[in-house]
Amino acid sequence: MSKEKNKYQSRRDFVRKAGKLAVILPLALIPVALVKKTSAAGFVWQIDPFKCTQCGQCKTNCVLTPSASKCVHAFQMCGYCDLCGGYLRQGVKTISTGAENQLCPTGAITRKFVEEPYFEYTINEALCDGCAKCVKGCADFGNGSLYMQIRHDKCVNCNDCSIARTCPSDAIIRVPAGSPYLQKDKEKNNG
Amino acid sequence: MVDRLFQKREFQIRMKKTLPYIIFVLLLCWHAVLFAQDRFPRPEFESGYVYATNQMPLQRAPGWEYFDVAVLLGALTLTTWLALKKRSRQGLIWMSVFSLAYFGFYREGCICAVGSVQNVALALFNDGYTIPLSALLFFMIPLLFALAYGRVFCAGVCPLGAIQELTGFQPVKLPKKIEAVLASVPFIYLALAVLFASTDSQFIICRYDPFIGIFRLDAPYTMIIFGILLLLAGIFVNRPYCRYLCPYGVLLNVFSRFAGKHLTITPAECTNCRLCEEVCPYDAIIPSDSELNREEPAKPRKRFILYFLLIPVFAVTGAAIFYTLAPSLAGVNSNVSLARAIRSEKESGIESVSKAVIAFKESGKTEAQLFAEEATITDRFRKSSPWAGVFLGISLGIGMLSLTIRSKRIEYLPDQGKCYSCGRCFKYCPIKVQ
Repeated sequence: MSKEKNKYQSRRDFVRKAGKLAVILPLALIPVALVKKTSAAGFVWQIDPFKCTQCGQCKTNCVLTPSASKCVHAFQMCGYCDLCGGYLRQGVKTISTGAENQLCPTGAITRKFVEEPYFEYTINEALCDGCAKCVKGCADFGNGSLYMQIRHDKCVNCNDCSIARTCPSDAIIRVPAGSPYLQKDKEKNNG
Repeated sequence: MVDRLFQKREFQIRMKKTLPYIIFVLLLCWHAVLFAQDRFPRPEFESGYVYATNQMPLQRAPGWEYFDVAVLLGALTLTTWLALKKRSRQGLIWMSVFSLAYFGFYREGCICAVGSVQNVALALFNDGYTIPLSALLFFMIPLLFALAYGRVFCAGVCPLGAIQELTGFQPVKLPKKIEAVLASVPFIYLALAVLFASTDSQFIICRYDPFIGIFRLDAPYTMIIFGILLLLAGIFVNRPYCRYLCPYGVLLNVFSRFAGKHLTITPAECTNCRLCEEVCPYDAIIPSDSELNREEPAKPRKRFILYFLLIPVFAVTGAAIFYTLAPSLAGVNSNVSLARAIRSEKESGIESVSKAVIAFKESGKTEAQLFAEEATITDRFRKSSPWAGVFLGISLGIGMLSLTIRSKRIEYLPDQGKCYSCGRCFKYCPIKVQ
């Protein structure tokens, strides 16, 4: 009787040990398989301004409200035009800072006179909601100096960026955390 | 008449030959429109204007991620001590409060071990992605602890578990059949999550995380409603997410079954007083074996062999089901759904309705490229989704097989797979050790 009981115990032990081995093995194999695919620094999300089509989904699809992706101005690229496609609505009667003339729905772009005939445009980031209307205007009629970037003081760096999921031109990519911005003027000069 | 017809025909042929070139030139023009930026020369300022510079704010320094890993390790060690050694439910509650505050509200639910399953799956099956070391550690460490001490991660470290543990006031037991059906959902969730992550389509665990909206106070309103409903349901059916949804819980469940040491209900020897029998809201206390309702050994043995032989049948059936489902599963991938949207627009003759299609047409990528991409992704789904079916089939088979095994128990023990090490049962045990 007692011998039989022992046998029973040992079979159970065998199953237990085999099971334990069966779960430990894959767990041990995962780091081995990922040795070459692991990086210590990590990644953040960023918009490739050369792929961006200014569709406006950044504004609506970010998990944050307002969106963490905002308009950035590359001053070095700007033409400082009086008739700015990013600042003024199409077909305005007068070129002025009147609210009815502004393209930006939140009035986040400020226009400042520099010298005849140049005007400087700056983005007030606190007001910008990432609708990309000015970016589209600037790309269509100007130098393309306005572009979208994900601001990392706002971005919570989701595991799976919800804008990236819907971005139709796959412009949102993972970039190394060490160089978290794809600045249009710098990228262009490099390339 | 014939002459005119002939001319028309010739014109058509000529058109057919030149049309590609016309389209090519038009496309080039379109590219010119697209990339015709830098239209205006940069001004040469005379007033001494200095270019403004942009602030490029940085994210939290990457080193902080390792601080999170250290907090995870510390929290797990402390929870293990509280659950296994100190046996303090109160301490575990405080641990939950801390984890909810740190991993939940301060870290806003990211980085989390539950979601890290997807990073691992994505890294394993895709060459383009490198997994952050912190994500890999967040995946491994709770599993290693489960292998050593049971599901202590669930007890007081996981913010999703903590928020539910703290709001479960009135435990009500569900009927066993409903429980069994609902408990199979996490397996399906895990299989789909790994499938979608490994094909680089979506991270559904993160997308449908019900409590992240509460942590961030910002989410699609449907997810906030879902989260609140879960919490409300959780008042009575405790930890509904952990039990009926959590995909990481499946792994913890398996690993915890082989735990070296596990929380015990009684601090010393069980006297079979039956006081703890009904107290576990998760139905994770296995009563000691009564001599009643014990079957003849031949019957369960026959059933055991039958169910054992059924496992490969289930696996093959699962694979077949998922293989047929593959094309519709592929629709989760954004490129595939975009390609399908474009194709259906073409077939129905309606042009560019959705924002995505309009934006795609402006992106300069050709439809042929997109359709080729769609084909490769669908092919990947065809190859990989049967494995999800195999996994589900084997899980179902082993689950049924375990029903036929009767263990002889002479004491009340926690079901190591189901037990969240929450410590609710401690106070019901009359045996106290000084």
